[in-house]
Amino acid sequence: MPKTFKKPEALSDQKTHYCPGCTHGVIHRLVAEVIDELGVRGRTVGIAPVGCAVLAYNYFTFDFLEAAHGRAPAMATGIKRVRPDLIVFTYQGDGDLASIGMGEIIHAANRGEKFTTIFVNNAVYGMTGGQMAPTTMPHQRTTTSPFGRDVADVGMPVKMAELLSALQTPGYITRQTVIKPKHIVRAKKAIKQAFTYQLEGKCFSLVEVVSTCPVNWGMTPLDAIKWTEETLLPYYQLGDVKTPEN
Amino acid sequence: MGKVLMKGNEAIGEAAIRAGCLNYFAYPITPQSEVAEYLSKRMKEVGGLFLQGESEVAVSYMLFGAAACGERVFTTSSSPGISLMSEGISYISGAQLPVVFVNIVRGGPGLGGILPSQGDYLQATKGGGHGDYKLLVMAPASVQEAVEMVMTAFPLAEKYRNPVMIIGDGLIGQMMEPVEFPDHLKSEPTNKDEWAANGMDTRKSDTPNIVKTLHLDPKILNELNLTLKAKYERMKQEEVRYEPYNIDSDYQVLIVSYGTMSRVCRTAVDDLKESGFEVGMIRPKTLFPFPEKAVREAAGKASCKVVISIELSMGQMVEDVERSVLGQRPVEWYGMCGGDIPTPEEVMDAVKSLV
Repeated sequence: MPKTFKKPEALSDQKTHYCPGCTHGVIHRLVAEVIDELGVRGRTVGIAPVGCAVLAYNYFTFDFLEAAHGRAPAMATGIKRVRPDLIVFTYQGDGDLASIGMGEIIHAANRGEKFTTIFVNNAVYGMTGGQMAPTTMPHQRTTTSPFGRDVADVGMPVKMAELLSALQTPGYITRQTVIKPKHIVRAKKAIKQAFTYQLEGKCFSLVEVVSTCPVNWGMTPLDAIKWTEETLLPYYQLGDVKTPEN
Repeated sequence: MGKVLMKGNEAIGEAAIRAGCLNYFAYPITPQSEVAEYLSKRMKEVGGLFLQGESEVAVSYMLFGAAACGERVFTTSSSPGISLMSEGISYISGAQLPVVFVNIVRGGPGLGGILPSQGDYLQATKGGGHGDYKLLVMAPASVQEAVEMVMTAFPLAEKYRNPVMIIGDGLIGQMMEPVEFPDHLKSEPTNKDEWAANGMDTRKSDTPNIVKTLHLDPKILNELNLTLKAKYERMKQEEVRYEPYNIDSDYQVLIVSYGTMSRVCRTAVDDLKESGFEVGMIRPKTLFPFPEKAVREAAGKASCKVVISIELSMGQMVEDVERSVLGQRPVEWYGMCGGDIPTPEEVMDAVKSLV
């Protein structure tokens, strides 16, 4: 009987360091499947962020750079400008992209840089130990908001997809999640669309993936999925926020 | 091509192109914005890349990205901008990427002023960003020399897989002088397939290249730092450049001075010589590696009573001069750093007051 399901070629054999219930592994796999399907592994350069996915290069089988905090979009700009034929993506978390790297992502998007960003939003700093992120929800407890996020003090969570969509430069900006199989199917479609726009040299593309962090949320993986559905998704609504056509 | 009259900043931009570098990322800052203005036009003519980044921080990582995939790349900035780039320079050094930086130094600290200064000597030669790293630092004293240093910087950066910085005070960028671009200084980029993240197809390989700076294993990080140290030691052996002046005379005073300041000192040395007062001078062309041996030997000459470091700062290079003289002679300092440049007369007075 022929194999109908196998590990993507773009994914390495290494075991990941991600915590149980974390969705980074699923998102890695989707990126790898898309790269396989588009047949671009040999000309892809990924950019790992600072944060949980800093070691992402261990889990893929193509060239990688490791960025400083928030600077991945500037690095991607550097590569894509001197080698437009390469397929370049940044893989960034919410602390990385929405806080320290806010300037870099906005300007890269506004210049219409032809790379793809996979933005993993789990509403918390993961690697540094569960501190408050720009995307942390109101009243959400973190190690630096022990009484819950006080929006009167630190403002409301940032909706990156909507914020970037306000730019007049054409782009593809979408928000997805991977908490259920139906979401995973849609997220993969969106990631493939994003890379396809890049291949066509059409526009900047960003796929925000609302993700889980059971360990730093202090929940079981199942409760984390439930909390994502009940708390995150009503605020971070799923779907395409901007397409290059409109 | 013969000699042309060019402003320093424009000549620096042209020199990079003539050297074979067609990729330039920058952010405007006085007194070097003319480089960006010049290259925004010129790169189009030669089919190169010009991109104005949103900040010096971002520019430093655009350089990282471009260099990491194996392409020649450079930037120009001025002091406050270099401070912002220093974060990226640390990463670029750690990742061992060849990138050329030009710092047209202005006065500081803070916004300081926009006039010539040499106040970034320590930042350039001792670090600036975090961690153990060094840049190969060259300091031109004329527009012609700036051109030649920029042209030689690219193969040097590739030879060492290390960033190179050309540090010119504001005057070098702003003044016009006749220059020519020596054809023999044009160079071909080295093959970087061994380490560059340039896409596996580019190098017909199935093994990914990873360009990174994180090394959680203390032994591996220590090894990396030993590798870097070995490069810096090799630079000390192979790259020291300096110009001796009036060093065959029986000088009583030895001046150590670089860049624009050294040109004033040269006039002072000539004028003092006419009045029968012999002064020798060592002009470092590389600030790192510093011409320690040349300064030590010149200071040790029997006729020499005292050494003076003359610089447009409150005494930065003087630390390297002291380190080189090894206590053989007293080491003094003279300088200014508000933006004015001492006149030959003021230098002569400072020198004469020593003996």
